[in-house]
Amino acid sequence: MDAIKSFIDAFADPRLFFSLAVGSLALVVWGHEAFASKRWGWGLMAFLVALFGFGLTDENFNLIITKPDNVPIVGLIFLLLFFTWYSVRQGVLNDRRIAAGKPPIEKDEEDRVWTWPDLVYTELIAIVICTIIIIVWSIALEAPLEQPANSANTPNPSKAPWYFLGLQEMLVYFDPWLAGVVLPTLIIVGLMAIPYIDKNPKGNGYYTFKERSVEITLFLFGFVVLWSSLIVLGTFLRGPNWNFFGPFEYWDIHKLEALTNVQLSEVIWVQLFAVALPDSWFIREIFGILLVIGYIAVLPVVLAKKGLTKYYEKLGPVRYYVTVLLFLSMLSLPVKMLARWLFNLKYIVSIPELFFNI
Amino acid sequence: MADTKTIAPKDPAFVRAWDWLTETQIWTSIFRHTAPINDRNRVLVMLSNVFLHLHPVRLRKSGVRLRYTWCMGGLSFFLFLQLTFTGLLLMFYYRPTLEYAYTDIVSLREHVPLGIMREMHRWGAHAMVITVWLHMFRVFMTGSYKPPREFNWNVGVIMLVLTLLLSFTGYLLPWDQLAIWAITVGSNMARAAPLIGNEGPLSSLMVLGDVGLVHQADDMRFVLLGGTFVGEGALLRFYVLHCVGFPLVIGFLMAVHFWRVRKDGGISGPL
Ligand code: HEM
Repeated sequence: MDAIKSFIDAFADPRLFFSLAVGSLALVVWGHEAFASKRWGWGLMAFLVALFGFGLTDENFNLIITKPDNVPIVGLIFLLLFFTWYSVRQGVLNDRRIAAGKPPIEKDEEDRVWTWPDLVYTELIAIVICTIIIIVWSIALEAPLEQPANSANTPNPSKAPWYFLGLQEMLVYFDPWLAGVVLPTLIIVGLMAIPYIDKNPKGNGYYTFKERSVEITLFLFGFVVLWSSLIVLGTFLRGPNWNFFGPFEYWDIHKLEALTNVQLSEVIWVQLFAVALPDSWFIREIFGILLVIGYIAVLPVVLAKKGLTKYYEKLGPVRYYVTVLLFLSMLSLPVKMLARWLFNLKYIVSIPELFFNI
Repeated sequence: MADTKTIAPKDPAFVRAWDWLTETQIWTSIFRHTAPINDRNRVLVMLSNVFLHLHPVRLRKSGVRLRYTWCMGGLSFFLFLQLTFTGLLLMFYYRPTLEYAYTDIVSLREHVPLGIMREMHRWGAHAMVITVWLHMFRVFMTGSYKPPREFNWNVGVIMLVLTLLLSFTGYLLPWDQLAIWAITVGSNMARAAPLIGNEGPLSSLMVLGDVGLVHQADDMRFVLLGGTFVGEGALLRFYVLHCVGFPLVIGFLMAVHFWRVRKDGGISGPL
């Protein structure tokens, strides 16, 4: 037992966690036909039950998942994975019908039924079950109340409410103005833009995977992998000083993580050119600035010519550029993560004079 | 010949009582028609009841299936009502001042036997965040944001943001360590807003002549907190937004949302 736990702890780190999340999504997308089977669905649930069941026998694991405000996230993990499986399954079932020349199941259920009783009773039952769950949950688990507020005593770690922990996790890779202001704004703008940039007329009003595979993959990547899995990481696996801790590891305040991050300007001027950093910040950071401009201004144009030409033609210039810019902003997080993991890179552009770091 | 009186079989007492009750003037003034056991009354019940009239009279079969909607939109709405109700009760006992906020919560814990209102409010709020996410997930997976429902998706996104803001502002109110530090971490972001945050990029360019315009005491974070740190001003601001401001806005948007679900052709289905 202990050997298994220390084995898991020894390998667990943000890189592994994130790669596993991305890898699982890739497998689901690639093997969606197989993933849609009931065996996979129940297998997934059984795996989660076993994982948490096993975890509950461990003191440290227990401590973190039974913290009152963390309990909903355990629920979220189950619900989210279940519904991911469930909706992919519904899509695959419809795809099979379509392949066999039949309409999607929702088309067969086009007849009208009476709201009373069909819908009203369903709602009533849902309300009753929901009420029971909330009441039982409320009786079983007391709402937390810690020591009175004390602005002189900072807890370590200090965490935002759980639904913002994905953003807090981004702080590891980006400065607050990006992680806390610009990227959240882009998330909202991006969500709002979805109906206007998705020109695919298919898959409106029924589950399907094949007819919308690209859209669904992108959404699952953003919602399940980036947003939700980083919440899980931030809640369960980030301890004092925002250090990473394995699920069975004790949250040791004195855990040290070597920080030898470098700036791109240092790599280029000092390591590559072997000269001192230029005094003017503009010259010092020029390579980083060019790189960023290249990423957000040149890359979309290049991709329109080669690589994404199909989409450029389908969407037209405005939709294409909005889509690609939103997509590249979403991708900037994994890009920055990789840069950090592979090259210890802290900032691509670093102008502390203007609080402007990327 | 002895008289044989035929006695009509009598209905059981409760049936008679029910018949009597439903014929009283009071009852018929409330319910304009009898129970929805025939088609005519199934129409009438939807048209004459203000709560039920949010619904259409009839809807496509796929739309009532749990398989299709997961009931997540409906549950989000129900949880919102549940939170409004439990929140109202909590407001009777909670005063948003540095002096009382924490102790009022302690009293709720210590002095109310079997009290679970605070729990129902807190866990209900967590649950609502989750149901709203799952609702959005379902709407995406059925492609229901596609024309003609683009606008309603957008109303939804704003309500999603408001749901998070409601939860975030509520998090501060118990005024314990958990609360102020979570809000401190969250609101520190505002300090870094480009141009309008005092540690935000380019804020040093916000000058009038040689007077800087953005300082710690007048930047975005200050607006949010009503102060330079999470203190009395922030508590009051968050309280007002949490109990009045955001609920009003989200309630208004829900009305728009439900109206548009109907106007956009009811629950989506294949064309
Ligand atoms: C405060 C939260 C919300 C409430 C109470 C709510 C409520 C509802 C309800 C009751 C429906 C009817 C169908 C169903 O139950 O699925 C619905 C449909 C819909 N909702 Fe929401 N919703 C909320 C948030 C959102 C969000 C965050 C989005 C998207 C980003 C969204 C987009 C839509 C759309 C597009 C429909 C039409 C779906 C269809 O016709 O199939 N809503 N909403």
